[in-house]
Amino acid sequence: MNLVHEPGLSFDTVALVCRVIEACRDAAVSQEAYLCDLDRAIGDGDHGTNMRRGLEALAAERQLLSAMPLSDAMIAAGTILVMNIGGAAGPLYGTLLLETGKGLSAGQIPFPQAFLQAVGAVAQRGRSSPGDKTLLDVLVPLSEALVKQTDMRCLAEEIQGFADMTIDMKAVRGRASFLGERSIGHMDPGAASCALFATTVCHELMETARS
Amino acid sequence: MSDRRENVGIVIVSHSPLVAKGAADMVRQMVGDSVPLAWCGGNPAGGLGTDMEAILRAIEDAWSEAGVAIFVDLGGAETNSEMAIEMIGKGRAARIVVCNAPIVEGAVIAAAEASGGASLAKVVATAQELSPS
Ligand SMILES: [Mg+2]
Repeated sequence: MNLVHEPGLSFDTVALVCRVIEACRDAAVSQEAYLCDLDRAIGDGDHGTNMRRGLEALAAERQLLSAMPLSDAMIAAGTILVMNIGGAAGPLYGTLLLETGKGLSAGQIPFPQAFLQAVGAVAQRGRSSPGDKTLLDVLVPLSEALVKQTDMRCLAEEIQGFADMTIDMKAVRGRASFLGERSIGHMDPGAASCALFATTVCHELMETARS
Repeated sequence: MSDRRENVGIVIVSHSPLVAKGAADMVRQMVGDSVPLAWCGGNPAGGLGTDMEAILRAIEDAWSEAGVAIFVDLGGAETNSEMAIEMIGKGRAARIVVCNAPIVEGAVIAAAEASGGASLAKVVATAQELSPS
């Protein structure tokens, strides 16, 4: 797929980038209350609002972003997210996009490798590893699936399962870690939003492949 | 006390503007104007949280060629501060440290140390002595 495997954008991918951003914004708006509820259970209850604010800021720039080469667009989008999400999630989502963009612009590495490297940078930023009940529990299996070129439809169906796995985990990073054992039994809000956006992007890409 | 701009700067980053301002007031009471000082608190919408752009501005406001020590409360304040340091550029990033110390006590002790003209390393070490690990 064009967006995933080559950085040069044709007219169609301009429209695609716009649609992907709009779909993620719509998902953030419609799931704001749900994500806040998840965060209220084990954190401070603002994750949905923070993500909605970040995605609305991103959507406001979608025309500009979609006209850029993908690497530059990812870097610009990462900066917008860091500036506007505000919570602990801001630097994590920001790092993910910034580092993916830097990877794409630095060398001839394909999107999945750039994304895999960026996930490593997110782990460093949050000083966390898979199993710590964070968005990494979605990002790590997602990036591995992309590298293996897993079929997009299969992947889209698997992603929510990655987030569901965080329910049984004990938080060791972030505010949820203050709850210790009591964090068990709740889905991590960062993993939930990550699964939401990843699934949304997959669906937009499949939609485009079909049309 | 040595000249203000030659001393290490102090930045206070809390999720709450009231906490950040209160801690800054306590620093001012201790060291007056002898140390560059800035604070920020709250998310970009004005609620509780952190705002990376505001942290960048606070670092600019408290900038000293001797460096800047940042004091944070919870995780988001720390990661957003680290992100801000990365964005400020390599030349200055090496002279900015996020301290592993309690926000109020750390900022006050660091400012007292900075007001005597101590180096960034000394200011940070003194504040971090407050933390067990
Ligand atoms: Mg939160």
